[in-house]
Amino acid sequence: MNWETVLGLEVHVRLKTASKLFCDCPSRFGDPANTNVCAVCMGLPGALPVTNRNAVDLAARVALALGCEVHKESVFARKSYFYPDLPKGYQITQYENPIATGGELEAPSEAGAVCFVLNRIHIEEDAGKSIHDRVAGSTLVDLNRAGVPLVEIVTEPTVADPADARSCLVELKRVLEYLGVSDCNMEDGSLRVDANISVRRPGEQLGNKQEVKNLNSFAAVEWSLEALREEQISELESGGTVSQLTFSASDGTVKAMRDKEGSDDYRYFPEPDLPPVVLSEAKIKSLSAGLLELPAARRFRFSEEYGLSTYDARVLTATREVADFFEDVVRLSDRPGKLAGGWIMNEVLAVWSGPGPPLSAVALGEIISLVEERSLSRRGGKKVVEEMAGSSREEPPRVVAENLGLILESDVALTTRWVEDVIREHPAEMERLRDGEARLMDFLVGRVMRTSGGRADPVVVRLMVKERLS
Amino acid sequence: MVARTANSDANSILAFDEKVVRKQFGKEGPLGNQLVAVKDNICTLEYPTSCGSRMLAGYESPFEATAVKKLKQAGAVVACKTNLDEFGMGSSTEHSAFGRTLHPLDSKRVPGGSSGGSAAVVADGTVKYALGSETGGSVRQPASFCGVVGIKPTYGRVSRRGLVAFASSLDQIGVLAGDVSGAELLLSSIAGHDESDATSAAPVPLNTGNILPDLDGITIGLPREYFPETLPAGIRAACDRSVMLLREAGAVVLDVSLPSTNCAVAAYYIIAPAEASSNLARFDGVRYGNRPEQPFSDVLSMYRSTRGELFGAEVKRRIIIGTYVLSAGYRDAYYLRATEARGTISRDFARVFSGGIDLLFTPTTVSTAFEAGEFISDPLSMYLGDAFVCPANLAGVPAMTVPIGRSGGLPVGGQFIAPSFEEGRMIAVARHLEMRVDPLAEAR
Repeated sequence: MNWETVLGLEVHVRLKTASKLFCDCPSRFGDPANTNVCAVCMGLPGALPVTNRNAVDLAARVALALGCEVHKESVFARKSYFYPDLPKGYQITQYENPIATGGELEAPSEAGAVCFVLNRIHIEEDAGKSIHDRVAGSTLVDLNRAGVPLVEIVTEPTVADPADARSCLVELKRVLEYLGVSDCNMEDGSLRVDANISVRRPGEQLGNKQEVKNLNSFAAVEWSLEALREEQISELESGGTVSQLTFSASDGTVKAMRDKEGSDDYRYFPEPDLPPVVLSEAKIKSLSAGLLELPAARRFRFSEEYGLSTYDARVLTATREVADFFEDVVRLSDRPGKLAGGWIMNEVLAVWSGPGPPLSAVALGEIISLVEERSLSRRGGKKVVEEMAGSSREEPPRVVAENLGLILESDVALTTRWVEDVIREHPAEMERLRDGEARLMDFLVGRVMRTSGGRADPVVVRLMVKERLS
Repeated sequence: MVARTANSDANSILAFDEKVVRKQFGKEGPLGNQLVAVKDNICTLEYPTSCGSRMLAGYESPFEATAVKKLKQAGAVVACKTNLDEFGMGSSTEHSAFGRTLHPLDSKRVPGGSSGGSAAVVADGTVKYALGSETGGSVRQPASFCGVVGIKPTYGRVSRRGLVAFASSLDQIGVLAGDVSGAELLLSSIAGHDESDATSAAPVPLNTGNILPDLDGITIGLPREYFPETLPAGIRAACDRSVMLLREAGAVVLDVSLPSTNCAVAAYYIIAPAEASSNLARFDGVRYGNRPEQPFSDVLSMYRSTRGELFGAEVKRRIIIGTYVLSAGYRDAYYLRATEARGTISRDFARVFSGGIDLLFTPTTVSTAFEAGEFISDPLSMYLGDAFVCPANLAGVPAMTVPIGRSGGLPVGGQFIAPSFEEGRMIAVARHLEMRVDPLAEAR
């Protein structure tokens, strides 16, 4: 009999605001320890939080993009626990009345599409950072991160495979990057994932679940869930039960974390220092109207509007920058989408390293034109792309191509002379080509290219050689 | 001019430095060069802010309370820091880590609390003005015990920034002075919206300075729940006399009912400790304040000895109560029901005030100043003493006490409670009563 896997995801996303959630300190990552701190985020006596409206707006945009119901009134709550990097002894988060509920996260998958229904999205402040390995026998605390705004996105338990979870997370990251609300960098912790898993026989009640915390890559989400699934199934099939444990994942293995003393009781209650977060209908509408086209919609439109294959549409919408670049090239060069798309996928993505494109859309449009009008070979075009990607100088593609000696000779008489010189020097090869040894065409064209110093147009050369066969 | 140091006998002052005071003179404004005593749970740059706790003994705040900043802008001199029940938790100023404050008229008695030090320094003439703070009557009750005027403004009227939090939804800085006009001047100097306190109210005019020629057109309610059978005769007599004077001045005085009054103490002693247990979680010995000198094996033992050794018994009692009422399984039965009761109490006030009543008049306290030690082993009885003061904190409405006579030689306070943001009218009526009543006359 089959086992059915039920997964749940909790994703913490650091919002890209200039200042922290409840004070004016910069929320920058990577500054020297304890430099971006003040009375509020250090929890000094008498300090009070004031909500950063910009963080609320970003959270609402995330919620709207994921199809959630954004609530006109939501309430901050205190979640109490003691930890040295939690300055107030409680975290300000949202509990019974989050900013948004519902919504869904859909992603393309091997089976076509996979969908995780969302339970809720809430806003909360990050804790500081405990550093255990810098000074022996001591724990250091850096509070730069304390109070940085996060949204937590929580899915419903969903029947899905670990690979689906990964696809959905990739899609979520793409959406968040499109929205520009977060850096979504798992290494610096601006995107953090906890995942839980249980198995059951189809139709049965939910089984005991196990959770993996602080996953540091999407790959880790997949393999750690696979590992737990296998363990759970073999445990159940041998007549055992699944114990509700929390795991950490590293170096390809999952490890149960130390059992906490007693169960967690966070003693939530509404944060009395903060009035409810109010978003007017008009505000929600304007945030909604300001949303950019999201990846799924853009993928669909790219297929429809430009006649791209599903695969090409997916590649060309992988990031907002690539998709924008593609549309810029199409618009500026007035070339068909398939042509521009082919250039981006074959020539440009290979040299695309930053978030922004390696050369301007205008430049790529010109390169395509040069190739189309046979001033450049396709290979020469590729070289120009590479050259321009590697340099910060802003020369027009034609100049770059000239400097590299890549401009093809348009003088037919000159090309004819090169071709005839080569044929004269290689009568035997010409004869074998006539006898049907087709690969010698490439040899002869190659010779002409060499003679011309690369200036001959290989397409023209090939035609000329062919003419002289009969 | 400078505060008398003779006061040190009464132990009402925790910090005073003549040099610090002298340096501040020469300022102009409505409070120009006036000495103001500040309760030691309000952050100042001039003196440390101990909150009456060993946890924060010597703690120097890097910023000052907005109320203190405004006082200084009005020309006031921060004279000294006054004793209090630790973190404001208590009604007698016996729960200070630095010893109890003596009642200015009878050293065997308490000055009330938690702003007992502030009430005592105003009552004994050390200063004319003092800031206190209220969570459940901590300005009005000691003002009443010591025979001075005390005002608790509407929740949100005065910024809480720099007031070390006890129970954030109830806390409010209040004022104490020898007379109504002094309290009014002090309040008008510290009131106003503050962007750094999200619970601070949008600016609402205070309408102070009203001098009413008489009380014609003023309707005053006497809530019967505040005049129980058990009310001591002297307090009842003082209130009766005040009611007669208010009627003589032209006020219409009616009996009204606030049926939820008997839930107030219970609701208060759930909500306030619940919030306190959370607000005091930051005192963990990690970042600031004090912690016992010893190597700790782990962070838990550091927490345990810091909080175990440096908090006093009453603070620990409230943290434990607050932790309990918020715990899974008990939260609905205690915390949520208390917040419901709080809603009922607010609605009771709203109903009375929308039914033609301008102000309520009640006794401020259920007794006059009690003897030190009387309730130290019976906290519940001490809590019940807050019955008449804590409803206004739960509802967020303004209230004040004025001396209305003596009973057994000890001051008796009369309390006015007003609708939110109606401090102006409340003060005007209180001033009228002040003009007519003899606060030193024994009530019979």
